[in-house]
Amino acid sequence: MSKANELTKTAGAFDIRNFIGVLLGIFGVILAIAGIVGYTPDEAERTGGIDANLWTGIGLIVTAVVFLVWARLRPLRIIDAGATETANGNGDAANGNGDTLA
Amino acid sequence: MEDIRLDAQWIDYLLIAIYFVFVLGIGWFAKRGVSSSIEFLLSGRSLPAWVTALAFVSANLGAVEIMGMSATGAQYGMPTMHYFWIGAVPAMLFLGVVMMPFYYGSKVRSVPEFMRRRFGTGAHLVNALSFAVAQILIAGVNLFLLGTIVNRLLGWPLWIALVVAAAIVLSYITLGGLTAAIYNEVLQFFVIVAALLPLTIIGLNRVGGWDGLVKKVSNDGMLGAEQLSSWPGEQLSGFANPVLSVVGIVFGLGFVLSFGYWTTNFVEVQRAMASKSINAARLTPILGAFPKMLIPFIVIIPGMIAAVLVTQLTKFKQIASSVDEAAAQAQTGVTYNDALLLLMREVLPNGLLGVAIAGLLAAFMAGMAANISAFNTVFSYDLWQQYVVKDRDDAYYLKVGRYATIGACIVAIFTALIAGNFANLMDYLQTLFGFFNAPLFATFILGMFWKRMSPTAGWVGLVGGTLSAVAVFVLSETGVFDLPGQGAAFLAASTAFVVDIVLSVIVTFRTTPKPAHELRGLVYSETPKTDFEDLNEPKPPIWKRPVPVAGVALILVIILNVAFG
Repeated sequence: MSKANELTKTAGAFDIRNFIGVLLGIFGVILAIAGIVGYTPDEAERTGGIDANLWTGIGLIVTAVVFLVWARLRPLRIIDAGATETANGNGDAANGNGDTLA
Repeated sequence: MEDIRLDAQWIDYLLIAIYFVFVLGIGWFAKRGVSSSIEFLLSGRSLPAWVTALAFVSANLGAVEIMGMSATGAQYGMPTMHYFWIGAVPAMLFLGVVMMPFYYGSKVRSVPEFMRRRFGTGAHLVNALSFAVAQILIAGVNLFLLGTIVNRLLGWPLWIALVVAAAIVLSYITLGGLTAAIYNEVLQFFVIVAALLPLTIIGLNRVGGWDGLVKKVSNDGMLGAEQLSSWPGEQLSGFANPVLSVVGIVFGLGFVLSFGYWTTNFVEVQRAMASKSINAARLTPILGAFPKMLIPFIVIIPGMIAAVLVTQLTKFKQIASSVDEAAAQAQTGVTYNDALLLLMREVLPNGLLGVAIAGLLAAFMAGMAANISAFNTVFSYDLWQQYVVKDRDDAYYLKVGRYATIGACIVAIFTALIAGNFANLMDYLQTLFGFFNAPLFATFILGMFWKRMSPTAGWVGLVGGTLSAVAVFVLSETGVFDLPGQGAAFLAASTAFVVDIVLSVIVTFRTTPKPAHELRGLVYSETPKTDFEDLNEPKPPIWKRPVPVAGVALILVIILNVAFG
């Protein structure tokens, strides 16, 4: 998988899985901290005794890790426009979203 | 109306702000990929199936769906599940298995364009114009709900909220085109789940778990236990007879309304068209069916919880069932539509509240972005290029697409203001546009499988079907016959479907069909099977083939129907 062939290069930051992972990760950390330092009796009354921020935060962090690991293990590859055009005369896939999941 | 002010703190605003940075960031990054109109308007047909599948689900997960379905859940309970398990899911599977090969295989760029290739310009113009107008209208409704949330939350005047929200949507679509819209829809999906799943779990915890909810709902002294099983759903369908009710739901809601909506609505089909191969295009709605069948658990259940947990809403429901909704709203200051917001205010701690608000804003924005991104494609390719300025270079149509986006956002602001002032008018218009879908589905399905069907039959069936739906609707509104609930809508759609088929058949036998050689890729019998396969790719493994995956989804949805029946 990691051996990209001649026509492709890894797509860098613009992989939606990285966006999802980072956003959910930031949300998760903020919520988990809020859950640890800010769990008040008022909040316990609202939620019926669950530290909702902490648990949601943990859930989000786990999901974030899954996405980041997935993106790392199976990186996107862009088919290089010039090289592809000579290869099969079709530059359609050359806009940064070709992937290797198929 | 009383303010439902959510008590947001700095931590909530921080989470919302972070989310918006990501929304705009996606637009900015996606911009690098846009250099031609097909990239701007169809993402260069390059996205993997799981991305387009989630976008397919999210594009529909807008204001109408989230607020509307939780409201219907609060009002009727479990029968609302039909919108997902009888309505959406079977229709999505049908789209992926039967219809998508025609859409993707014929290389059309929009649903109206398929109409033009199959039936010529008469049917095309009817379809393209009604679609374009409907999208602007619905974008306005989404924008209005978005503005209302910001208005309630931050206390901004409605018009400022509208302009700011429209500007954000505009900036990421004009930058990144459909790719930005789709990627934001995927991101939105996760934020919505992150908001609604904890809301549901905490809500359930507050009412004493599932058993507690069942007990509270069955003893609510109104519809009672009827709200706990989805069948026969007499309250929802408005038919007093249970057999008629089941027929009405399966044929009216399931077959006609939902198949019409999901299989011909370009907002949805566009997501699949953006995928990288015919296999991925077919998998888009099929994979989307899996999250779709679980969404009612985090949308409808919270509505039901709100109705028994939040005192204001319980009171509203009692007055609404003993007197009427107007009196109930006057006394309590809330409506069913506020169910989700009320539950959020009741149970969410600060922090999670921010995630929930971000999720709702995301949903309404993505809903609007989906409408706008479908509109600009139909406007550029089907209206402008087809009827106004033909034969210009691609850069020209890319520019047209960008201007259409800007124009649509501005018009949507005004539609939103109208929606705010004439809520009933907008309801009627939306219902009316819903009537276009049922005859569209009839015309498409007949046209795809009956090569004899003539171009004239195409537009006559559409116009006749739509008019008959309008006639049924007007008759029921003026009290000629009385069907409460959704019965009138189901009946109107079913009538439109039947009238369309009958008219199309009659007209076809009196007019000349298209020559067979023009129908390749458009009609089943005239298309070689190889046109529906990716010849360049190896045959995918069984878990990536559309038909087996759709079979699994169908079995699951049948199990859900039985388990909650």
